[in-house]
Amino acid sequence: MTENDPTVFARLPATPADREVEGRPSRQEVVGFWKRRYGLSPSVFDGHSFWEKGAGKVWALAAAIPDRAPVEAVGIRLLRTRQEHWKPTTEACQRFGHHARANVCTLRPARARRFLRGERQPLARWEGDWGYLLVAHELAGAPAPIGVGLYLEGELRSQIPKGRRRDL
Amino acid sequence: MDVLARYEPLVDDPSAFRAACERPLPSVLRVNTIKADVPRVHRALQEAGIGFEPVAWHEGLVRLTDEDASPGNSWPYVHGWVYGQEEVSAVPAAVLAPEPGERVLDPCAAPGSKTTQLAATMDDRGLLVANDNNLGRLSALRSNAERCGVTNVVVTNQDARHLSLRPFLEDETRRKEPFFDRALVDVPCSCEGTIRKNPTALDEWALSHVEGIAGVQKGILTRALEMTTPGGTVVYSTCTFAPEENEAVVDHVLGGERVDCELEPVALELQSSPGLTAWADEQYDPSLERARRIYPHQNDTGGFFIAKLRVTA
Repeated sequence: MTENDPTVFARLPATPADREVEGRPSRQEVVGFWKRRYGLSPSVFDGHSFWEKGAGKVWALAAAIPDRAPVEAVGIRLLRTRQEHWKPTTEACQRFGHHARANVCTLRPARARRFLRGERQPLARWEGDWGYLLVAHELAGAPAPIGVGLYLEGELRSQIPKGRRRDL
Repeated sequence: MDVLARYEPLVDDPSAFRAACERPLPSVLRVNTIKADVPRVHRALQEAGIGFEPVAWHEGLVRLTDEDASPGNSWPYVHGWVYGQEEVSAVPAAVLAPEPGERVLDPCAAPGSKTTQLAATMDDRGLLVANDNNLGRLSALRSNAERCGVTNVVVTNQDARHLSLRPFLEDETRRKEPFFDRALVDVPCSCEGTIRKNPTALDEWALSHVEGIAGVQKGILTRALEMTTPGGTVVYSTCTFAPEENEAVVDHVLGGERVDCELEPVALELQSSPGLTAWADEQYDPSLERARRIYPHQNDTGGFFIAKLRVTA
């Protein structure tokens, strides 16, 4: 096992058995996480490779480049790993969330605006899992995923990053 | 100094040109088709109470009808479904027209309006290399690309005149070979054509600055041409009227020794004028009439220059 180099983007190994860097998640685990937790078909990611830069920050790229890339960014941030509960990013929720079939919480307009302000709100009637949910609202005729919320003890805590919060 | 007076002899209607330069610019949004299709975005804008009208030459553009609208504070913006982009700045990516799966270079990419448009035109597939030499502007590019959900972009921070292919090659011995199918060379310029958006754009104008920046532009365009495969397309664009930064730069690469290329006609539905073949004491290659100049009064937009080059060897 070698150590993670936080200065380059490194391609994730295909499976845990291919792992060469301590603690690095594998492609199989990432695809499995989205399937198990949010019901995304693994084929959603057929055109994407996964990369780690920094400890546990996983990125998704739809382009072919060598396995180690000394660049500023590749694609979008997908997921935060290397902690007990993996956390999807706002970008991943907005880009891939429409494929989700589980743990999607659709809010009514006033609640959606509150979520976008970055606030926490009671959510008594949620009957799904606790933990990180994909939060959506109805927009132009269909649900549109906004970002990630942490559901704990009857309360939904918005995880929208400060720079993306808005008061509509 | 009255900078615009330099260009009055070039335009068909100098007073209309002047008047347009003094009017504020209409607000325009581009639909980001990576995240939503045009009809759905139109419906979302209506739900948000944002009035708009279509733009005839590009189905993904809408012109806002209320100048006080703040589309940045709306659901369509939050979802990355729209990007605030000046109408004429959507021209170069449309002319380059990259295909899904191609390798495309955007050497002066920040803050990302054209990059995100290129990615959408590529259906977010292929390799889009977005480079900028300015780290601060690069963070705006990254943020815009992420909001638009662009997954086929690789962002680099290099001097575009000496761009290296190293990060993209398995085999280092191939680093001198052409690599890209297309490039969009939208260079830093004196920005005279943005006068409607930025009324102080001409306050610091100096011919020495124009001539200095033209040297940088020649270096960036030459490097992009070198990195493009024979048969590939390179679009060169600026938001300035100055021939020193436009026709003179293209003339330089047409006569250069580092790469063989030729100008192709640019098909535009917008009103435009041909590129110049002479300016002051300079004569340019006759094919420069294939380049296009867009003046603010022609389509009620900002000013722009665009040339389409094909690498021949």
